Amino acid sequence: MTFLDELSRFLGSENVRAQILANLLDHCYLALLPLVFGAVLAIAAGWLGRGRRRVRGVLFVLSNLLYTIPSLALFMVIPGIIGTKFTSSANVVVGLTVYTTALLVRPVLDALDAVPPHVVASATALGYRPARRFFAVELPLAVPVLAAGVRVASVSNISLVSVGALIGTGGLGVLFTDGFQRVYFAPIVVGIVLTLLLALVVDLLLVALRRSLTPWDRAAPGKAEVSAA
Amino acid sequence: MGIEFRGVTKKYPDGTVAVDDLSLTVEDGTITVLVGPSGCGKTTSLRMINRMIEPTAGTVLLDGQDIRESDPAVLRRGIGYVIQHAGLFPHRTVLGNVATVPLLSGWDRRKARQRAAELLETVGLPAELGRRYPAQLSGGQQQRVGVARALAADAPVLLMDEPFSAVDPVVRQGLQDELLRLQARLGKTIVFVTHDIDEAIRLGDKVAVLRVGGRLAQYGTPADVLRHPVDDFVAGFVGKDRGYRGLSFLSAEGVRVEDVPTIRVGSAPDVVEPHWRLAVNDEGEPRGWLPPDSTVDGELAESDLVAGGSLYRQGDPIRGALDAALSSPAGLGVVVDEGGKAIGVVTAHQVLDVIEGHPEGVGGA
Repeated sequence: MTFLDELSRFLGSENVRAQILANLLDHCYLALLPLVFGAVLAIAAGWLGRGRRRVRGVLFVLSNLLYTIPSLALFMVIPGIIGTKFTSSANVVVGLTVYTTALLVRPVLDALDAVPPHVVASATALGYRPARRFFAVELPLAVPVLAAGVRVASVSNISLVSVGALIGTGGLGVLFTDGFQRVYFAPIVVGIVLTLLLALVVDLLLVALRRSLTPWDRAAPGKAEVSAA
Repeated sequence: MGIEFRGVTKKYPDGTVAVDDLSLTVEDGTITVLVGPSGCGKTTSLRMINRMIEPTAGTVLLDGQDIRESDPAVLRRGIGYVIQHAGLFPHRTVLGNVATVPLLSGWDRRKARQRAAELLETVGLPAELGRRYPAQLSGGQQQRVGVARALAADAPVLLMDEPFSAVDPVVRQGLQDELLRLQARLGKTIVFVTHDIDEAIRLGDKVAVLRVGGRLAQYGTPADVLRHPVDDFVAGFVGKDRGYRGLSFLSAEGVRVEDVPTIRVGSAPDVVEPHWRLAVNDEGEPRGWLPPDSTVDGELAESDLVAGGSLYRQGDPIRGALDAALSSPAGLGVVVDEGGKAIGVVTAHQVLDVIEGHPEGVGGA
């Protein structure tokens, strides 16, 4: 029996297809919810750390440390910390939120610090209060760098969600554990292909989102990305 | 709305004194220029007016009221502010930039944008620029947008921190002229910071010369500062060629404007003449010079002419008359009236004679 026969028989079952779709949807939300939470937390950290060297330093060390914790270990430790069930998908969401935040803290701070001081000064001089200035001027100008960080984090999340299958939290990783247990390649290949496709689609959506948020960035002369994108 | 500094000092924690016991009154509706070398505290002084920097000692009064009694954000919305490089928001269109303060002050969006469009016109920018982003504008255009943005809330006070120093000299002069024209119409109280004494003299009703360490060296009218510098520092700062700078204060009265043979563009000159002739159009506006002994085939066209130097508008500072004479191929500076019509010529000698009649550059404006 060739591999293709095996694959078509695997996908021929309606139950299997329904199961794969459910896995895919789980995978989406397990990967993308943390992306949103992580971005919000990283922006909050950016708000605290911008222009303060000491706070910045602490945030960088902390985010590097968090990112070095192995994912499987993190997923297993979280129930002990926040009191969820061992197989709860919340563990993956929280764990990936930690990673996303850790990944985004540096780009957010770099982007905020790169906002030209004379632009910030003129915003202040025109009568912006600090909070409004942050959201109306500093954050929008940080979007290009922030978006690049979010794209990296989205790919990282989509790949890491698979690990959650080892502790039984669903997602496309289930196809891998299933395939390994049964020494059956079809689910593994389907899992890999769908993971890659998901990563690609999410990345394209993020690029579109970034472009719609930064029409001004394309206006700047001499931006190579404009013609490339 | 007048501004008063009363014994204002700004000292930083490391002991640097940026401004030292500054007392100064800026009169309502005038342009006051703070000028001095870098480190003289001119920008610090400016930023103490809108509370971007808080003084260590002393008081700043705006319209007789201590500014510390106002909410800083609200105070700033009532004070226009223009900085070097304009400080425009790169992520907002030109209209969005200009509408900033009205929107902050709670105007509705439509009214704010309408006001912004009016202001683009006020500062001489075409309406279609409104949809562009700052990165798509030239430096001079950005600076105009910066001025429009500062004027948007109709604030009676305008603070300008080296607004024109990042643009090239030709554009800068255009912007300066524009500012004077606007000021004649709007009558704002403007505090203008520059390190360029020429700019200070050109723009200021009053000039405050500051020395390093933030001490006020001299405060007076430009003519006063040029004519009677209080000490060597001020004398050195206003420059050794102050006779020439003083020209800006001479009126043109006393320069004899002479008749000049003219010839109309489009006419057919049938005689050859041994001297320069000024070519004018149907409106009498100068178009160029026809050199001596020229022959023209048929009608006189612009291409037959030698481009003629700068023009001297009657009533402008006399330096312009000297420029016109020296830059003219005929050695004759063309004098035009308010409408741009040629009314005669001056020679460099005549202009210099007038200047020598005022050996110290004296001679009221």
